[in-house]
Amino acid sequence: MSGFLTALIAFCVASIITGTTLLYGTLGEILTEKAGNLNLGVEGMMLMGGIGGMAGVYYLEKAFPSVSGIVIFFFGMICAFLVAAFGALIFSILSITLRANQIVTGLALTIFGTGFGQFFGEHMRIAENGRIVAGITGKSAFQYNPLSGLENIPVVGQLLFSYNTMVYIAIIIALLMSWFFYHTHKGLNLRAVGENPATADAAGINVNRYKYLATCIGGGICGLGGLYFVMVVSSGVWTHEGLLGKGWLAVALVIFVLWSPNKAIAGSLLFGALSIMFMRVTIIPIPTEIYKILPYIATVIVLIISSMRNKRENQPPGWLGLPYFREDR
Amino acid sequence: MSQSAAQRKTYSDNQERKEPLIRIEARGDYSKKQAWTCRVIAIILAIIVGGLILLSIGQNPFNAYGTMLSGSLGKAYSIKQTIRITIPLLGTALAIAPAFKMRFWNIGAEGQITAGAIAATYFALFWYDAMPHTVLLITMAAAALIAGGIWGLIPAFFKAKWGTNETLFTLMLNYIIIGVVKYLQGGPWEKIPHGVQQIAQFDANAYLPALFGIHIGWIIVIILTALMFIYLKYSKHGYELSVMGESIPTARYAGMSVEWITMRTMILSGAIAGLMGFLVVSGADHTLSDSVAGGVGFTAITIAWLAQLNPIAMVFISFAMAILEKGASSLQTVYAVPASASDMLIGIILFFMLGCEFFIRYRLVRRKRNKQKEVE
Repeated sequence: MSGFLTALIAFCVASIITGTTLLYGTLGEILTEKAGNLNLGVEGMMLMGGIGGMAGVYYLEKAFPSVSGIVIFFFGMICAFLVAAFGALIFSILSITLRANQIVTGLALTIFGTGFGQFFGEHMRIAENGRIVAGITGKSAFQYNPLSGLENIPVVGQLLFSYNTMVYIAIIIALLMSWFFYHTHKGLNLRAVGENPATADAAGINVNRYKYLATCIGGGICGLGGLYFVMVVSSGVWTHEGLLGKGWLAVALVIFVLWSPNKAIAGSLLFGALSIMFMRVTIIPIPTEIYKILPYIATVIVLIISSMRNKRENQPPGWLGLPYFREDR
Repeated sequence: MSQSAAQRKTYSDNQERKEPLIRIEARGDYSKKQAWTCRVIAIILAIIVGGLILLSIGQNPFNAYGTMLSGSLGKAYSIKQTIRITIPLLGTALAIAPAFKMRFWNIGAEGQITAGAIAATYFALFWYDAMPHTVLLITMAAAALIAGGIWGLIPAFFKAKWGTNETLFTLMLNYIIIGVVKYLQGGPWEKIPHGVQQIAQFDANAYLPALFGIHIGWIIVIILTALMFIYLKYSKHGYELSVMGESIPTARYAGMSVEWITMRTMILSGAIAGLMGFLVVSGADHTLSDSVAGGVGFTAITIAWLAQLNPIAMVFISFAMAILEKGASSLQTVYAVPASASDMLIGIILFFMLGCEFFIRYRLVRRKRNKQKEVE
């Protein structure tokens, strides 16, 4: 029995570690979509953030070999956030100010972002003559567990307190976002902008400002997901194949958790579990590849059921994907 | 409480004060020449930005662009390769056009291509010795059309019945069907000897014949282009699609069955995309893999949009995209510039094209004291 429990806990821990990449992407996209912008460029932004953060960490360590782990950590996060937010800024300018079609713009961002990430990743590899790997200080900075004291509590300790810093940051972001959306005035304004910008505009809310901020900050958070994958899941080694597809999975997860940041925590655990389940659970004879598409099937089911039942709180933001022009009102 | 006449603000002063510094004004109408000038400027700007990025990694942009052009158009062989790349891009863009016309955001073309490819592969793998060449090919094509059509119908059905968001639904279906291919290539359809996770090459009986060195898919998409052009512009269906794209209530009021048109159009859209899957597996790859669509479904969306759903324009734009793609792989071979440069360049071009549409439709008007000045 205790063998089973150990395995189960290990499985949960692994699920959370895998799922946190998705959690960042999902949280960023929830913020963007709550403001009514359907940014399909998550895949691109995650790669941009990944390479931006990786480059930041790598070159910082090269230039200042004695810099401390904390500095590397925050510098990496800032770089990843800014590069991805830059991608989101392009999206925002095009879709908000220049009134371009959001879907096409988002796809352009994905094409550009994945190209950007792979291009500079490959270029760095050629320029530095080998694999791009973070230095020891950088690697351990990202593996560092701030709650390591509590890790030794039986069961709960490993389950709750054995993760690296970025996992906890993601959870904090989720909780903050949820509080922001449902308990603050500005959060209410943001949701109004996403539901019906015409009404929000009439009420005096600055629609464009909310959209810009939500999209850029959301994009930055997605970029943190890319950084997390490279530094934690991939242990500081740059590979561009591993991150491919996670962005689309995050878009699915946004729908699956019905645009709720708190549910996203549980949802990312579930999707993380599904993506590693094939390695551990061999009781049910489902082929590996089918396991991997279970998240998408689950999302489709959620989509269908929520549109059938049509409960107000579970619907996508009313104006998702549609542009807002004041003169059309 | 009294104010002198000089202090009192006049009505016209107030008006002036409230006018913004720069405002947007929709152009009443714009000449085609203006529109194309804007677009050409956009492309030139994009190429310049791309060149700057190339410079930043130490490459000479002129050499790089030159290599791209010669790599894609330099020799007869390269031109054929470029055309080969164009075929599925053009065909899928044509497939997406009717759906987009009625504002049904079909992002599932990638999956519809794959579904068609799976159906065609089934016959290629297991029925290749049971039928003569032509019959086999027609069966494969028919299977691809049906499979793609079904895959396109599913989201349309749910949209028609329950208003399910089609953008997200079609997106998810892509990854589901690609997962099915991965399962097939590692499992029941894996080629012997096992262990490579690949599907066997087709028997020659299942190959699509070639004309002028390119598989006859090129003839098929040319015919499709003409057909789609006529369908969208001159048929009753095309008219219905336009009305639905403008306003669904108007369409209902005119007596159109919105649900049926949605489903019918998506069957068509998915079917054509599925046919492209058949062309790829039978004409180009001669096998099935999970990358059979290879991003074509997404790129085609941008092509369809850039062409403003005009099939003739799609021909040129898909060819241009193919030049970029083929050129980038030449660039990688010659200068070791990562081939992902083409993705970046395509992304940049898309950004500029998306942005320039704004300047075609609107003009900026700057506030002057007495008269207005146009700022382009």
